[in-house]
Amino acid sequence: MAIGVKVLKRPERQVSYVRATLKGMALTFKHMFEPKVTMQYPEEKGTRDVRGTWSLSPRWRGTHRMLTDEQGRSKCVACGLCPQICPSNCIKLVPGEDEQGNRYPLIYEIDEFRCIFCGYCQEVCPEEAIHVGQHYENSEYSRDRFVYDLERLQAQTHPVSALWDPSDPRGE
Amino acid sequence: MTPELKGFLLVTIVKLLVVFTVVLVGVALLTLMERKVSAWMQNRRGPNRVGWAGLLQPVADGLKNIIKEETKPALSNRVLFLLAPALAFIPALMLSAAIPFAAPLELNFDFTLPLLGRFVHEGRMPMVVADLPIGFLFVIAISSMGVYGIALAGWSSNSKYSLLGGLRATAQMISYEVAMGMSLIPVLLLAGNVSFDAIIAEQQRSLWFVAPLFVSFFIFLVSGFAETNRLPFDLPEAESELIAGYHSEYSAMKFSMFFIAEYANMVTVSAMVATLFLGGWDIPFTNWDESGTVLAVLASHLAFFAKTFFWIFFFMWIRWTLPRFRYDQLMALGWKFLLPVALAYIMLTATAIWVLEGPMGVGDVRIRALWLLGLNAVLAVLLFRGLDRGLIVSGSEGRRRQMKARAAADATLVGRKSAAVTG
Repeated sequence: MAIGVKVLKRPERQVSYVRATLKGMALTFKHMFEPKVTMQYPEEKGTRDVRGTWSLSPRWRGTHRMLTDEQGRSKCVACGLCPQICPSNCIKLVPGEDEQGNRYPLIYEIDEFRCIFCGYCQEVCPEEAIHVGQHYENSEYSRDRFVYDLERLQAQTHPVSALWDPSDPRGE
Repeated sequence: MTPELKGFLLVTIVKLLVVFTVVLVGVALLTLMERKVSAWMQNRRGPNRVGWAGLLQPVADGLKNIIKEETKPALSNRVLFLLAPALAFIPALMLSAAIPFAAPLELNFDFTLPLLGRFVHEGRMPMVVADLPIGFLFVIAISSMGVYGIALAGWSSNSKYSLLGGLRATAQMISYEVAMGMSLIPVLLLAGNVSFDAIIAEQQRSLWFVAPLFVSFFIFLVSGFAETNRLPFDLPEAESELIAGYHSEYSAMKFSMFFIAEYANMVTVSAMVATLFLGGWDIPFTNWDESGTVLAVLASHLAFFAKTFFWIFFFMWIRWTLPRFRYDQLMALGWKFLLPVALAYIMLTATAIWVLEGPMGVGDVRIRALWLLGLNAVLAVLLFRGLDRGLIVSGSEGRRRQMKARAAADATLVGRKSAAVTG
């Protein structure tokens, strides 16, 4: 006995090659005159909302930013929580203390190559000093420029990330 | 050297330079057009950074390809490996010499240059580089030379993917060459001559051959797609299976040669379709285009260009619409459908012409063409219905019928057996 292969009887309009071809060609021709969806990147940036698809998520975790107080000093008190929690060990922190006994970072460096952008540093920071930012254009001409020091972290101006909030999982 | 010969040489060299420059630049621009068309059909913009609207993109591509490294696979056959791109490239370009691109120009000059002597040209100058009396036979002969380049490229690369691509290309091009040649016999029957000039003249006298020879036109178009290895017949390249097929191992300018050859072949097939079936440079409903003035020549060239350009666009349109055939489907289409249909169509057309000219006594070619148009309308409907229902090439519907027949045969066999057992 031959192996029974069940071939379904389909209506002719579903198996017609000629009709399928013509239909496909009409479709591709129609698409030629439809609005284009390409984002013209260097001119248009992801922050602009084009057809609702190109906006950055407020939870985007990009390169870091250190916030400062009114005197322009960093908010960091060198508590050492961020290098402690950092899973990729990319934060280098050497604490110092001034005459009033206030702790501040003598050295604060983040190696952005090692960083996995988990955002734990921002989550753990008691002073809301270190943040991951909504930023994605990080090109440099040399590798050592990717170790951001305190000065550079403070100089960043991009918006900071609103991390995922477990009590508001959909960000509503 | 007589002044007439010198005049002829001068004119030919000018035409040669103009045509090959235009073809090469045009082919370069076609690569841009392909990318643009594909982008538009996918709601993208396509290359638009280099030059105005991306017009200099081919230049950038060419420069990049020239300065890239020429790789050579280990244990490849060096001589053939170098020869193959040239063998693909040269026939593709040679073809553009034979196709008339405008109405003949009335050109009379008689002047004398120092050192070179006297140049004379009188009468009508055909606007074709080589005014060949063998016409489309030349095109078919040379276009099948292109398969050498592809087959040798596949073989000399010492790579399984290249070899498979080369083999596929050879089988495919040889198969479709047959159907293509057969589809042109009815054109020969109607025009009575293979030269492009005579074919265009006949189309001016009667109708464009797409009307009285629609089936031929269809077969020629499909085989043209297969001959140029364009989708849906791009099995020699088949990137999902064979990386890039026969030119997988080629880099830099040698790869560009294959690319240019493909596009030049596309131009040739489009120009052939335009010339053989759509009247070439003929502008319909007027005889003014044959007057031989410069304006008429330019207008007729524009007509030729528009027709060719449409078919080039059609090639791209099909490419970005249809998926690739399976290999057995490709061969079945070539040998089981196109070839028999082409042969039957030759018989039919010959009979029809004999009946029309003999018993029915239709003398006027235009009326004859109209009769043939009626016949072709009927044939086309039958053909497409047959194609649609899997009566000609077996699709799922045809297979279903086969399975049914087999099942019926099995059932009778089983019935007989059980009858024998019980009885």
